[in-house]
Amino acid sequence: MIEVLRSLGRWGLDTFQRLGRGHIFLMQMLAGMPSLAFRFSLVVQQLFYVGVLSVLIILISGLFVGMVLGLQGYNTLVDFGAEESLGVLVSLSLVRELGPVVSALLFAGRAGSALTAEIGLMKSTEQLSGMEMMAVDPMRRIIAPRFLAGLISMPLLAAIFSAVGIFGAFLVGHGLLGVDDGAFWSQMQAKTDWYEDILNGVIKSIVFGFVVTWIALFEGYDATPTSEGVGRATTRTVVHSAFAILGLDFVLTALMFGDI
Amino acid sequence: MAPLIKIRDLHFNRGDKVIFNGVDIDIYRGKVTAIMGPSGTGKTTLLKLIGGQLKPDRGSVEIDGQNVHKLSHSKLYELRKRMGMLFQSGALLTDINVFENVAFPLREHTKLPESMIHDLVLMKLQAVGLRNARNMMPAELSGGMARRVALARAVTLDPMMIMYDEPFTGQDPISMGTLVNLIRRLNDAMGLTSIIVSHDVAETTQIADEIYLLSGGKVVEKGTPETLKTSGSDWVKQFLQGLPDGPVPFHYPGNDFGKDLLNSEEKR
Repeated sequence: MIEVLRSLGRWGLDTFQRLGRGHIFLMQMLAGMPSLAFRFSLVVQQLFYVGVLSVLIILISGLFVGMVLGLQGYNTLVDFGAEESLGVLVSLSLVRELGPVVSALLFAGRAGSALTAEIGLMKSTEQLSGMEMMAVDPMRRIIAPRFLAGLISMPLLAAIFSAVGIFGAFLVGHGLLGVDDGAFWSQMQAKTDWYEDILNGVIKSIVFGFVVTWIALFEGYDATPTSEGVGRATTRTVVHSAFAILGLDFVLTALMFGDI
Repeated sequence: MAPLIKIRDLHFNRGDKVIFNGVDIDIYRGKVTAIMGPSGTGKTTLLKLIGGQLKPDRGSVEIDGQNVHKLSHSKLYELRKRMGMLFQSGALLTDINVFENVAFPLREHTKLPESMIHDLVLMKLQAVGLRNARNMMPAELSGGMARRVALARAVTLDPMMIMYDEPFTGQDPISMGTLVNLIRRLNDAMGLTSIIVSHDVAETTQIADEIYLLSGGKVVEKGTPETLKTSGSDWVKQFLQGLPDGPVPFHYPGNDFGKDLLNSEEKR
């Protein structure tokens, strides 16, 4: 019994210590941001690795998610003779929910895990330590540019995801199932609100980008510097990011659309 | 002459384990000082304490009159520009080539024109004999070459001192000889102060001016290689001659062997 309590206590202490370290890390990371103004090339380089290299997976997944939405939506709507509303259904579900959430999950799997592994390996091969001894602050030189790149990439990737998804649904709806294209687009335009839907979706994706990149970078930086430690950290990045995305999505949805 | 580095009453614990228990060390300018001791005595930890990457529990480390652990973040980074450190693994940045690795400190800390960076990097690489390997990536280098590149990088900013963490471990005889030679030559030619952390007795005694022997969190003995060789201490004898048994027992301390064999609990 005592043993159970003891391990519970140890687990609690470890968890709170990690949370504390994570927040100190966030503060240090944010403090390193202003220096990026003078060296934006570092951010551009990371935008390529974090953002551009994630475009392919976002494009393909977005297209298929949109196509499936088109099929499923049509099957339900046609019973009520409302198949012209397919455009609205697809655009609202993508822009409000699936775009930010699914692209953030993909981003965590593709870019987040890569960031954790990269930083973790830099730590275990003493590259971060070496930089500190060369009087180069790894927070500013390595961590901050990656964080900003993640923050910029995520909303753009979510936008691409939604756009391609809508196109996929149009291909299925109009090309395969014969929904009128005029109705598809005009209803979508009429019922999708710029502030209510699109902007809220963008805010969601910025929040997800912030959280996923923070988790990924912290896990790498805090990893035990062994191959096993880096492996575990990479797994934790994906798992914790997924929890954070889905949990935050509920909170944000409740705040944004709760009163409708 | 005042020492460049003055370590006083240094205490450091890692968890429950005592690493340093009151260590005093003086490191003089222009000299090669070696810190030796068995594995696990915290030699690398000592370098991290000197470099300000770790904080001691008690005691002080002064470099050139400044207490390393009382400096602000920016002052500490200013001080580090005047320190070089050679990591055991080399710690080269793996995504850029040899040339860029050596140029890294220059690009980060100076606004020198590209042509001058080019010349400076080639001079440093020439000094370690790897000018023609400048386009290779770190993954293509052998262990000894990686360490030499790291050495070139460590002296790029012309530091006042340089710390070597186990520079001879895992080297073949040729690169070992090259490194031993380089460390001494660089120290004398550039007017450096060198600190070598090592447990390779033969190589270290060749080039060190002064040796500190650490064990059990304390300085056991100090002196020139010659005085240490004639030391009366059994421990120093065992360490310098590499004897398998002596004051440091061959067996990890614990239960009696006979007792363990008869221990019926573990057998179940």
